[in-house]
Formats: sequence, C-alpha cells, structure tokens
Amino acid sequence: MIERRKKLARYFFGSVLTIVAIAALLPFVWMFFSSFKTEGQLVGHPEQLVPSLWTIWAYSKVIEEIPFFRMVLNSIVFAGGVTFFSLLFDSAAGYALAKLPFPGRSVAFVLVLVTLMIPFQVIMVPLYLLIFNMKLLDTYAGLIIPRMTNAFGIYFMRQFFLTVPNELLDAGRMDGLSEFGIYVRISLSMTRAALATLGIFHFMYNWNDFLWPLLITNTQLKQPLPVGLALFQGEHSQDYTPILAGALLSILPILVIFLFTQRSFMRGIALSGIKG
Amino acid sequence: MASKSGRGALLKQKRRTGALMVSPSLLLLGVFILFPIVRSLYLSFFEWNLASNVRSYTGFGNYIEIFQDERFWNAMLRTFLYTGMYVPILLLVSLLLAVGLTRDHSYNKVLRSVFFLPAITSMAIIAIVWRFLLDSNVGLVPGWFRAIGLPVVDVLRNPSLALPAIAGVTVWRWAGFNMVILLAGLNTIPDSYYETADMDGASEIRKFFSITLPLLVPSLSFVLITNLIASFQVFDPVYVMTKGGPLFSTEVMVYHIYFKAFEVYEMGYASALAYVLFLVIIVFTLFQLRRFIRTEREMGL
Repeated sequence: MIERRKKLARYFFGSVLTIVAIAALLPFVWMFFSSFKTEGQLVGHPEQLVPSLWTIWAYSKVIEEIPFFRMVLNSIVFAGGVTFFSLLFDSAAGYALAKLPFPGRSVAFVLVLVTLMIPFQVIMVPLYLLIFNMKLLDTYAGLIIPRMTNAFGIYFMRQFFLTVPNELLDAGRMDGLSEFGIYVRISLSMTRAALATLGIFHFMYNWNDFLWPLLITNTQLKQPLPVGLALFQGEHSQDYTPILAGALLSILPILVIFLFTQRSFMRGIALSGIKG
Repeated sequence: MASKSGRGALLKQKRRTGALMVSPSLLLLGVFILFPIVRSLYLSFFEWNLASNVRSYTGFGNYIEIFQDERFWNAMLRTFLYTGMYVPILLLVSLLLAVGLTRDHSYNKVLRSVFFLPAITSMAIIAIVWRFLLDSNVGLVPGWFRAIGLPVVDVLRNPSLALPAIAGVTVWRWAGFNMVILLAGLNTIPDSYYETADMDGASEIRKFFSITLPLLVPSLSFVLITNLIASFQVFDPVYVMTKGGPLFSTEVMVYHIYFKAFEVYEMGYASALAYVLFLVIIVFTLFQLRRFIRTEREMGL
C-alpha cells in the first residue's frame, strides 16, 4: 500500500518535472524554429511554433547585415586568447602557492583571495581608463591582457595541486629534475583533468561575456558575438528572425563543447561548490 | 637528499622557482585589479568628465551628490527589489530541482542536462531571445493569448512587470547551475541516515526537513551568498531587454554606473557610485571569505 503510494507520488513528480523541463526548453525550441521563418511568417503568425514554410532566409540575412564570421573570429580570439594565457599563468601561480615555499607566500595567497572578492563592476571605470591610456581600446590585446590571469583559476588550480603527493615530487628530485621540470613533467600531467575543466570554464565565460567587450570594443571589426548581436538588435529591432538565426549560431559552438565535456564540466561546478 | 648543503640548495631552488612562477600572475592582478580598486577610490573624489576632460577635486562632493540624487535611490531600490525576487525564487527552484532529480538514473540525468542548458549560453544573447519571446508582436505565448482572445500585456514595456520578468529570466538561466551544486551537496549525505529513518518509519516530508535540509546548509549557504553577490551585479539582461526602462523601473545599480560612466562620461561620479556598490557587496563577500578560511583550516593549512 505504502509502496504503491510512493510509486504514484514518484510518477506524479516525474511528470511535473518533465513538463517543467519542456517549458524550460521552450526558448531554445522557439529560437530554432523561428530562425527558419521569414520575418513575415513570424510577425503574421506568432502563435505558430513550427514554420509553415522552412527557409534559410534569416541566416543569409544576418550574414549580409553584420560581419558575422568576423565576430565569430573575434569571439574565438578573445575567449581562446584569455583561456590560453590564463591556464598558463593560473596553473603556474597555483602550483607555486601549493607546493613551493617562496618568501611572502601567505601574503601572495591572501592577495589572490582579496582580488577574488573584488567585483568587476566596481573596477570597470578605472580598468577602462587604463586600457584607454594604453591606447588599447578596440584591440584584441586590450580585451585579453587584463584577463591573462584569474584569481579563481589560481585558487582552483592550487586546490588540485595540493592533492599531488609530495613523495612523487621528491621522486622527481631524485631523478635530477629541476623544480620547474617537476611542475611540467609530474604535477601538470597529474592535474590534466582539472586543467581541462578550468580551460572550459575560462573559454565559456569569455565566449559568453558581455560587459567587458562592450566597454573595450567600439567597432564591429573587434566585437565578439554577444556584443555584436546585442548592439545590432538595439538598432534593427525589426529584424527578428535574422537576429534569432545569429543567436542560434553563436550558441552552437558552446553547445557542442558542452555536449562533449558535460561530465567533467558539471563535476567541476559541483567541486567549486563543495570546496569554495 | 643527503648533505645539508644539498638541502639548502634545494630550498633555494624551490624559493626561486616559486617566486618566478607566481610573479606573472601577481603582476597582472596588481595592475588590473588592485591598482584599479585604489584608483577608483581616488577618482571618486574628483569631478571629471571624460568628454570635456575637465577635472577638479571635489572632496566628498560626488558622494554628497549621490545621496541627494533620487535616481541613485531608485537604482538602489530596484537592485534590492531584484535581489528580493531573484534570490529566494532561485533558491527554491534549484532546491526543488535538485531534490526531485537526486536519484541517479538515466532519465534524471537527461532532465538535469536540460535544466543546466541555459547556464552555458551567453546571458546577453539569450536575453535577446527572451526579449523577442515576451514581445507582444512576435512572442509565442503572447501569440497564443491573442489567438484565444485573451488580453496581451507587453511585459517589458510595463513598469511594474519588467523587473519581475528580468528576475524570471535570470532564474531560468541560473537554476540548473545551482541545482548541480546542490546535487553535489545532496550526494555527500550518507544513505545510512535515510535507511535509519526508514526503519523508524519516517515520512518523506519528515526526512526532508530532519535530514536533507539541515545537512544541505553548507551548499545552500554557498548558493545563497554567491547569488546574493551576483544579484547586486546584474547588468546584461537589463542592457539587452529594457535599457533601464520603462520609467527607470529596471535601472539597477550597475546599469546606473554604466550610464554615468559610458553614456555621459562622468568618470569621477561613476567611480563614487561604484564604491557605494562595493560597500554594499562587501558585507556579503566577508561571509564568502570566512568560508575560504574555514576550508583552509579543514585542510590543515
């Protein structure tokens, strides 16, 4: 009796969750279908989800109206550049903080934690002025350089390096490896999964980021996708379906990365919740 | 590790390598975070318009002006209203999702991915999609309303509905992400607790309130604090969906700072605004710092 009631309750909550999940997917589904409609179809029959006539008009229109592929390139350079440098510097600093006793290490660690607590929005004005004074507005360098290291990334890597057993490092020392050699050959190879997770975090965060590139770029030649699309949308609010087509295309690469790395990605988030 | 001098040389090498490896990061953090936070405070004592490039010292002038400005108080109010809607709803939704999807079978895994999906998208881009979806001319649900003869409300052009709509969109965006964190917390609760409760004949509801909820407090407080902080920084959906309107009803603090700094170029005033926001956020940040320190202690460092 109780078992049956339990089962019924489980089915009930299961179907509720399914309905909620379908509702949560609706924006994506709607974006997908709408991007294959003409402007007339969408405006004329907003109540229809599926296009009555499929067309790639919106896709050719968005490519014609804005330098879409250039913006894809901008996004790749920005997100890719930040990820590359940040992995390099985050892991080096994280390793030094975890395993190498250098003078002033605890002060350095506190500094990292303090910078972790400073919200970007609070420093965006002087940061903008700094890039402005360095004559780096509207350049890739201006976008990337301030983000070449990241306090969260340093902390994240340090926590993983702490789990590398010291005996292994000593074994490397016995073999005559230099301290830097131990880092490269032993420690990095043992934390490859953490490095990959952090890399995905950095790439995704910057691919999706909006406010920073909005401040630093001012031409379409340097704007990453979110900025390019949002500004275009502000000026051409009548081009609904081309913008939706552009939105879909810009989400696609991240979606592919997510589908392939889902497990380690979600585990990374879970870890940051438990540890942080 | 034989001789004393060998050990000394090793220590020296460790120190030198460590200092070398940490210095690029420290330099970058110093130039691009610590220096700006100090410069921001300095600038907040100046009246400085970047467009006309006239700069003069005003002492606490900017701060006095801020506290006399109705638009600032409106921005504060809007930010707190947003936080008051976003944080509780987010906590509730992500908790319900996590509890509902705790069991590790394949269907639940699919549902988890579905709920997580919004978190991988760009807030700015998905906010464009939502803006259209809520638009009374082209939106799907407004279209359905019209088709069956119900009145259609243009949510984003309505001063009392625009901010709740933005809160709703951000909850949708972040619920799955926080669900993952709470699921990890749920996984740390030993099954034996539930088994013992089962033997005592405890009901599901009783188990939830006596076991699940109290043991989930660390994860819940992490979700609470990080999202409180994030909610004070909301910008992207506001910029894309409403630009602070209608009638300033969605002009939250960061949008207000953005407007002052990058639309009218009042750099000193904007810096002072940023510091006021910083003081609000720092209260919550200290809780976060306490967590870090506790983690360090638990790891025995």
